[in-house]
Amino acid sequence: MSEPLLSVDELEVTFRTEDGAVRAVDRVSFGLERGEVVSIVGESGCGKSVTAMSLMGLTEGPNASVGGSVRLDGQELVGADGETLRAVRGDRMAMVFQNPMTSLNPVHRIGNQIVEQIRAHRDVGKREAMDRAVELLDAVGVPDAEERARSYPHEFSGGMRQRAMIAMALSLDPEILIADEPTTALDVTIQAQIIELLRKLNRERGLAVILITHDLGVVAEIADRVAVMYAGRIVETGSLDEVFYDPRHPYTWGLLGSVPRVGGERPRRLAQIEGQPPSLLNPPSGCRFRARCPHAFNMCESEPELIARGEPGDHLDRCWLEIAERPVLRELPSGQIGLGVPTS
Amino acid sequence: MTTVARQEQASAEPPPLLEVKDLAKHFSKPGAGLFSRSDGGVRAVDGVSFELREGETLGLVGESGCGKSTLARVLLQLLKPTAGSVCFRGTELTSLGTRKLRPLRRDMQMIFQDPYASLNPRKRIGQIVGQPLKIHGLAEGSELKSRVQDTLERVGLSADYYSRFPHEFSGGQRQRIGIARALAPEPSLIVADEPVSALDVSIQAQIVNLMADLQGELGLTYLFVAHDLGVVRQVSDRIAVMYMGKIVELGPSESVYSRPIHPYTESLLAAVPIPDPHLNAERERRPLSGDPPSPSDPPSGCRFHTRCPHATDVCSEAEPPLVEYRPGHFAACHHPLGS
Amino acid sequence: MARFAIRRIGSMILVLFAVSVLTFLIFNVIPNGDPAVRMAGKQPTATQVEAIREEWGFNEPIYTQYAKTMENLFSGNMISYFNQLNVVEEIWKGVPRTFALAFGAAIIWMAFAMALGLWSAMKAGGKSDTLLNVFALIGISMPVFWLGALMNQYLGFELTQVLGFELFPNGGYVEFSNSPFEWFHHMLLPWFALSILFIGFYSRVLRANILETMDEDYVRTARAKGLSERRVLIHHVLRNSMISVVTLWGLDFAVVIGGGAILTETVFNLQGVGQYAADAIGQLDQPPIMAVTMFGAFFVVFFNAVIDIVYAALDPRIRLEAGDTAT
Repeated sequence: MSEPLLSVDELEVTFRTEDGAVRAVDRVSFGLERGEVVSIVGESGCGKSVTAMSLMGLTEGPNASVGGSVRLDGQELVGADGETLRAVRGDRMAMVFQNPMTSLNPVHRIGNQIVEQIRAHRDVGKREAMDRAVELLDAVGVPDAEERARSYPHEFSGGMRQRAMIAMALSLDPEILIADEPTTALDVTIQAQIIELLRKLNRERGLAVILITHDLGVVAEIADRVAVMYAGRIVETGSLDEVFYDPRHPYTWGLLGSVPRVGGERPRRLAQIEGQPPSLLNPPSGCRFRARCPHAFNMCESEPELIARGEPGDHLDRCWLEIAERPVLRELPSGQIGLGVPTS
Repeated sequence: MTTVARQEQASAEPPPLLEVKDLAKHFSKPGAGLFSRSDGGVRAVDGVSFELREGETLGLVGESGCGKSTLARVLLQLLKPTAGSVCFRGTELTSLGTRKLRPLRRDMQMIFQDPYASLNPRKRIGQIVGQPLKIHGLAEGSELKSRVQDTLERVGLSADYYSRFPHEFSGGQRQRIGIARALAPEPSLIVADEPVSALDVSIQAQIVNLMADLQGELGLTYLFVAHDLGVVRQVSDRIAVMYMGKIVELGPSESVYSRPIHPYTESLLAAVPIPDPHLNAERERRPLSGDPPSPSDPPSGCRFHTRCPHATDVCSEAEPPLVEYRPGHFAACHHPLGS
Repeated sequence: MARFAIRRIGSMILVLFAVSVLTFLIFNVIPNGDPAVRMAGKQPTATQVEAIREEWGFNEPIYTQYAKTMENLFSGNMISYFNQLNVVEEIWKGVPRTFALAFGAAIIWMAFAMALGLWSAMKAGGKSDTLLNVFALIGISMPVFWLGALMNQYLGFELTQVLGFELFPNGGYVEFSNSPFEWFHHMLLPWFALSILFIGFYSRVLRANILETMDEDYVRTARAKGLSERRVLIHHVLRNSMISVVTLWGLDFAVVIGGGAILTETVFNLQGVGQYAADAIGQLDQPPIMAVTMFGAFFVVFFNAVIDIVYAALDPRIRLEAGDTAT
């Protein structure tokens, strides 16, 4: 099989802080095929956003060091020079951020911010670029696009700003869209509109999407494959159905169990994960989840690799538990998936 | 079968803990001083009536800007209402002065959204949690300390945290401190304004469970304000849905979630992504189009008519009253669903 | 816009009126302020003083005196109590000098502050940043009269002795129409003397603004768009960092142009409005002090209005009309 569109191998990002080195991303590997939606889920501080930023070299700075490899169509991006990265950013890979309120420059008109991006990569006139910007705004569902292109960001609602961000990201027909918590700051009805838009772009344009989110609901809506991150590492990865219906890692169980749902039977208590994520300044040895895992045993003091532990395939996890025992361990009294140990 | 929106119950029922009638809070736009003229204001809360029964949890949901946080503050008299009445244990609060209100405030506490901003970074945990006890003259000296430590343990924190500072704690722990502060003066009513929305999902579950445990142990009454419909369902006995300053639907939790009457409630529920790929794929999706209208210029008649798939002429002309369609289940709609 | 202008002009008039009343009242309560006694010379008799009072109207009710003073000021007939010269004419003589100082210095301090602030922010935490920080602190803490005196002494006087020609002149002012070169030559030291403090202060403010702006989400967006680092810096970082600096600049400029650079003007003997004010204060001469105060207050109020307009142009979130503010 040929190399995927984007392949990430052993990506490592370390930040130097006053208190010491923090390895925010630790040997993260995954691939992204053309037209595919891969979602990276996890809670704050797990390294998912840093991973996303590092794919385009946006974490590089005097206090950060990035290791491993990120290849776009075979072209290495880690350690690439500024000009190479600049040519990729916004053109072949574009990014949409969490907070549409602050991610657009408040002092420039929406249309001009899109024009700026087009003209940074293509030798076109202002008029032509603006026509394209209006076309894009219209395509992502901004009404009266021609007029709204002349508006400033604060004159847009949150949902419209996120549409404008997406229009900007699409302006050069990128192959990959990296969406970092694109709906988190939005109200639920607006969130549904944005998810629908992303899904449409994925289907109609064959846009490959890397979706960074903490919301398993959003993942279930749109992802083809899922990677679950915890404390800087991927702890489980597989297809959407594999991760949701046959989750292998206890952290995934905990995440799935702790989401309160709007339908189905209401559990008396949510299946909570005790404690809190470890500090990355002094990460524990072995499995990083073991302090919070009710199933931890002596093996967990050494680190499990991210490998296929069941039938051979792409469903990988980092857990020492016997594969056959896991369906029993994760069962809650209510029949739902959770951390398995009933707490009362 | 429809009766007017007053929840008059049989006289066997105990009186409600809190009774709210036609409550309104309007904000005038900030002018620029001397030579400006004032414009029309925002009707953040516009004629809201409901009651809160002893020991129940009422969940208040709605999107940002619907007035739910303002309502929470007006209830506790942190903001003075423009009109209407708030009756707590039979005492009308809106007409009370600051001094007469103070002893009642002990009985009504609030938990805030942002666990980072709501704790004074220069005060020790003991001072923060002990402050309401001191203000209300409930305890002093060593008694104060032991009561604070008991409260800390009650919310799942160590009593040793007494002399530490807020910055030493994570978001989830800070929210526990915020809960301890609210619990310390032993209130009967707690108004929680988005208490878990700043927290990660695994921590959120801890706090939701903690609040449920405390309610069971102490017989607390909660008004739980949140935008997350899943969280609200998990904690609430009854649900009130707000849209643009008004309650559009109010009823028992399961009834509202499984058989919503107001089209707005239905579209809210349909918009929530479910962490279950197969269920998601099966669901019929009709995402609401457009943004909510500007609160300073609300639509005429039913405020939802501009986005409602079922709207007809009457919706833009007449404001629908809150009507009881099923026992205890009210909605304000000209075209109620499922009838 | 029209509503904004009317509102602004209304409040300008109100402020100027308040300033004039206050200044006038202060004169009537400070000790040793009785102009009749001061005008009568040493050891005057009571009759002499009384005669002066009568002649100049100092015995009239205070509001009449105020009205007369203001009338004189606006009709250009205000006379100094000290040297009996026409105050408005004297101020007009100083205006070109003060303006020359203000405009030149404002350009210099802004240009240097921008360059140093940007450089400092780029190298934040490094050696050159630390060094610039020290220089800025020295600049801010150096009193202008001392700095000016040193410049005059060493650059203006002693350097001339050593070199045998005037690299920098030793104070004084040359009319631009007489010799543009000499004008420039004479202004150089005063410009820099006045600018040093502002450069130090502004460069630090700008540095802090730039560093703050660099952390903004929209700067990250700009990089993610694939813009060149130069464009990110100028179009996104500097553009947004300048907003508050421009506000500061307007206020400081108003003060200097309104005769506020009293020390610089005096040290270099520029004979501008500021120096005129200093002289008048030394003599407790009420009319020129009133006039210069109003002159200065006018510029402050006027530039405040200008800043509001510029501010709105720089930051589209600010609207001039009240009630239009975005939420």
